[in-house]
Amino acid sequence: MSEQQNSIMQWIDKRFPMTATWKAHLSEYYAPKNFNFWYYFGSLALLVLVNQLLTGIFLTMNYKPDAGMAFASVEYIMRDVDFGWLIRYMHSTGASMFFVVVYLHMFRGMMYGSYRKPRELLWLIGMAIFFVLMSMAFTGYILPWGQMSYWGAQVIVSMFGAIPVIGDTLSNWILGDFMLSDAALNRFFAYHVVTLPVLIVVLVFVHIIALHETGSNNPDGIEIKANKDPRTGIPVDGIPFHPYYTVKDIFGVVGFLIVFCGIIFFAPEMGGYFLEDNNFIPANPLHTPDHIAPVWYFTPYYSMLRAVTVNFLGVDAKLWGVILMAASVVVFCFLPWLDRSPVKSIRYKGPYFKFALTLFVISFFVLGWLGTKSPTPLYTLLAQIFTVIYFAFFLLMPWYSKIDKTKPEPKNVTK
Amino acid sequence: MTDSSDDKKMSGRRRFLLAATSVAGVVAGAGVATPFLRSMMPSERAKAAGAPVEVDISKLEPGMLLTAEWRGKVVWVLTRTSEMLDNLKKLNDQLADPDSQREQQPSYAQNPTRSIKPEILVVLGVCTHLGCSPVYRKDIAPADLGSDWLGGFFCPCHGSKFDLAGRVYKSVPAPSNLVVPPYTYLSDNRLLVGSDSKESA
Repeated sequence: MSEQQNSIMQWIDKRFPMTATWKAHLSEYYAPKNFNFWYYFGSLALLVLVNQLLTGIFLTMNYKPDAGMAFASVEYIMRDVDFGWLIRYMHSTGASMFFVVVYLHMFRGMMYGSYRKPRELLWLIGMAIFFVLMSMAFTGYILPWGQMSYWGAQVIVSMFGAIPVIGDTLSNWILGDFMLSDAALNRFFAYHVVTLPVLIVVLVFVHIIALHETGSNNPDGIEIKANKDPRTGIPVDGIPFHPYYTVKDIFGVVGFLIVFCGIIFFAPEMGGYFLEDNNFIPANPLHTPDHIAPVWYFTPYYSMLRAVTVNFLGVDAKLWGVILMAASVVVFCFLPWLDRSPVKSIRYKGPYFKFALTLFVISFFVLGWLGTKSPTPLYTLLAQIFTVIYFAFFLLMPWYSKIDKTKPEPKNVTK
Repeated sequence: MTDSSDDKKMSGRRRFLLAATSVAGVVAGAGVATPFLRSMMPSERAKAAGAPVEVDISKLEPGMLLTAEWRGKVVWVLTRTSEMLDNLKKLNDQLADPDSQREQQPSYAQNPTRSIKPEILVVLGVCTHLGCSPVYRKDIAPADLGSDWLGGFFCPCHGSKFDLAGRVYKSVPAPSNLVVPPYTYLSDNRLLVGSDSKESA
């Protein structure tokens, strides 16, 4: 560094801890040296967030949050605005890819026990981000005001109506009207472009601060801070995040962008999974499409919502469905306390956990697939069976994780 | 800093002031939040838009379904054939609320056909589960609904089933029968939906 640059940095550092922050979070932040493929998805989630924020800003320049104009304004963006189609497809594909990378990021955490002590709070902050992300996806999907926007929103808002006593008032308050109308579209736009983006950016910041406090977990699930070089105080198994992992993550970004661009340019609707066919028809409050299904990332929960068909304990099936659906997402928050295994990583866990996790993944996919189908008696029965398996993974965990036959953890990270 | 005995002497008074200030702060916070939360309730304009609508049923043929709109909701008017009316009785033990015990209809529609005139059904086409609009399926025993289907309404969203009086089947997600709105006959072929007194039209 030249003399002059040096003096500029000194001037800044006396007023803002620039060098100290760079060191604490990048050049002298020590991450385990054994990160593998699964560790790409955190940084990729950040990349997709930036993509959504940037493309979103440009979409608001032409979009009109008005029930009479919204659908046409989206078509205007697609047909008449220079590169409008590209910006919109980047945004819509980004929404689906956000869930792809976040689901893989969460699955990584479940495999390697990243939610275990001391990272419980980190996991909970991550869950909060997931909840906001789901709200973002929901409010965003309403904006084109097509048939799926309308009827999807109708179903979701009606869920609040299932809450006893306050349900009706609550759904009127959410909608700003006695039905789904312009008032709701207008306010969901406000949530989608102001409230939720601010929340998600703050939560992501807090998530990273919490991560850097505890340090990253790794595929072996052992604490690298427990084994420090006595001379330097640096973890023996740690390497500085910059340049090692910044370079690794850039490699991941390149791979991701190849897939991302492939989808944008060759299959932006992804056969009706990313953008559903019915959403190319303007919203019609008098006609529900013959087949409605949420976008793919919500279908597992949607299956569970409609799996409940019997009343019990004096509560009707509708409310049970809503409770079950909410529980199916919230239950992830309890993982840090449900897992009683003496080891963190799947590498050292026994056959019970591996079997349970496999069943869970299968049930997640089957429920997701069922959610895209029309309900028939057979499909409803399948949804009920896999809903039980889904919840069994969580609720039986304290038992099977404890009696499982684990292998001893190594002292140092392995390959 | 004062010494610890001094702190103890002050603590009762300090604690009281701290509690009082906190309570005042919470009250003020709730006060400030009120106008913002209230602004999200349906506006005066939204409340005003809810007038009853007139429906002309002179062209309605037996077995035909007519769709109207009232308060942004789908209103169905269906003329049932005598065969359809006969079929209603056969279904009673498959239904969750065959006698319309739950208050999903005005008192004048709490009868076996859930209507003022037996053949004319007036009902909101809004599924009582999560608000989708069910599909009118008058075909008997279609492949997808099973051999004992005698005609009715099927909700494509979550698979709820209703008969031709809008009564809900057992073991489906919807908890109750379809809602019969307040309505009245202005003349033989003119319905008023949204009000049951002729004067308010």
